[in-house]
Amino acid sequence: MIRWFKPFAFLACLVPLARLGWKAYNQALGANPIEVITHSTGDWTLIFLLITLAITPLRKLTGQLWLIRFRRMFGLFAFFYVALHFLTYIWLDKFFDLHEMLRDVAKRKFITVGFTGFVLLIPLAITSTAGWIRRLGGKRWQRLHQLIYVSAVAGVVHYWWLVKKDIHKPLEFAIVLGILLAYRVVVWAIPKAAANKGGPVPASRLQLPQE
Amino acid sequence: MLIKKSNDIPSSEITPKSLYVNRRKFLAGAAMAGGAALMGKRVNDLLLPTTVQADAKIDGIQKSPLSTTEKVTPYKDVTNYNNYYEFSTDKYEPAGLAKNLKTRPWKVKIDGLVSKKQELDVDTIIKMATPEERIYRHRCVEGWSIVVPWVGFSLSELIKRAEPLGKAKFVEFTTIYDPGQMPGQRSNILNWPYIEGLRLDEAMHPLALLCFGMYGEPLPNQDGAPLRIVLPWKYGFKSAKAIVRIRFTDSQPINTWNKAAPDEYGFYSNVNPNVDHPRWSQAKERRLGEFFKRPTLMFNGYDQVASLYSGMDLKKNF
Repeated sequence: MIRWFKPFAFLACLVPLARLGWKAYNQALGANPIEVITHSTGDWTLIFLLITLAITPLRKLTGQLWLIRFRRMFGLFAFFYVALHFLTYIWLDKFFDLHEMLRDVAKRKFITVGFTGFVLLIPLAITSTAGWIRRLGGKRWQRLHQLIYVSAVAGVVHYWWLVKKDIHKPLEFAIVLGILLAYRVVVWAIPKAAANKGGPVPASRLQLPQE
Repeated sequence: MLIKKSNDIPSSEITPKSLYVNRRKFLAGAAMAGGAALMGKRVNDLLLPTTVQADAKIDGIQKSPLSTTEKVTPYKDVTNYNNYYEFSTDKYEPAGLAKNLKTRPWKVKIDGLVSKKQELDVDTIIKMATPEERIYRHRCVEGWSIVVPWVGFSLSELIKRAEPLGKAKFVEFTTIYDPGQMPGQRSNILNWPYIEGLRLDEAMHPLALLCFGMYGEPLPNQDGAPLRIVLPWKYGFKSAKAIVRIRFTDSQPINTWNKAAPDEYGFYSNVNPNVDHPRWSQAKERRLGEFFKRPTLMFNGYDQVASLYSGMDLKKNF
């Protein structure tokens, strides 16, 4: 079943891009198409980051272990959309003026933090293959990939800092991200707390693989 | 300033909206008529318009030497991409949400330090002076710009008639507060009602426009109907929309955006490529409809206002 479902999910992940392309082709992107493209690719980056981060909690809470087989794909789609987002910025906003771009990165907080989030995702995309997991070893690979937490926080902060006044959209992302991160803190803290008390650690907790 | 002669097609010669809307109605009517004919109804009833077009042309519009010859932004962009937080923070939404705003009857209160305190009907104000078409560049603080053929006359025409007292140094503009009609006002994203202000000498500058139309027609609701100001050398948010009160004061008004974020939006808010917004650069702008960004000009290219600010530190008075 999953074998069939995966290509389907892959195509579904491309729908946001296809929609943009279709609208651009029909000149239906409104008065400021470049702004729409920038915002849309940015939104979808955050959405895919959150989906990626939701896989582990969902898998644990529902027992649907097969979900893990989609995590890399969603993560890579987050990278795909952030790459498009960055391309729109460097091409349609800065017109490949590297000097101006670097000045922006240094001077504008929201660009600095957004750019950081993007750069941190690059090693994750590169080392997303089975070969790299083998080369790095599972433990080290996992540690490296914890960078996604930093990236996701940077992405939400980037959004938060760029809006003029109305923070309700970045706030929605922040809440979902907060829940996903809180889950990890709880999973990490409960066995520790139990161990500190010297009491028996619930068997169910012990079975959680360390992430 | 070099006053260039307009060689563009005046927007009044472009197919007026009422005509093309009527064309669409005709087509829709024709389609319906086809169906109706099948049902045996009289075709004529369907083809006759049932309402008088509210957005008729404004008569007697004079051209103005203050107009730019730059390419006018398409009507559909200027009417579908609006920063109008009274309706929504989404620029694409005011077009729909403002549709039913009641703009008649509409009173404008003129008070404060003037000898003629009064409440005027907007239609009385509109008839005070000859309507002019002023094609102005309009630069938003967010970094995009448009060129709009506004219709109105110099704000000074109204101010002169109000006879401000010697003590009056500032003018304050208040936008209507009506959460029932303006859904954005139901949340306190900004401190309602929207307040804007000018120094009296800025308000008296011939470029400062009291505006009630654009593209040869009355203002659409999402663009500030029935009465707004247009200050082309300042960032767009200074140009208050749907004005219900004009008050003359001796102290500097606190404008809404300044109150919301004093370090980001000042009282003057003159377009200035050398003074960045704390979070983004103001050196360039995207003219809607253009692929490449263009450099932003000092005072948005309206150098004739420079003398209003001579001796002032424009970095401090941003």
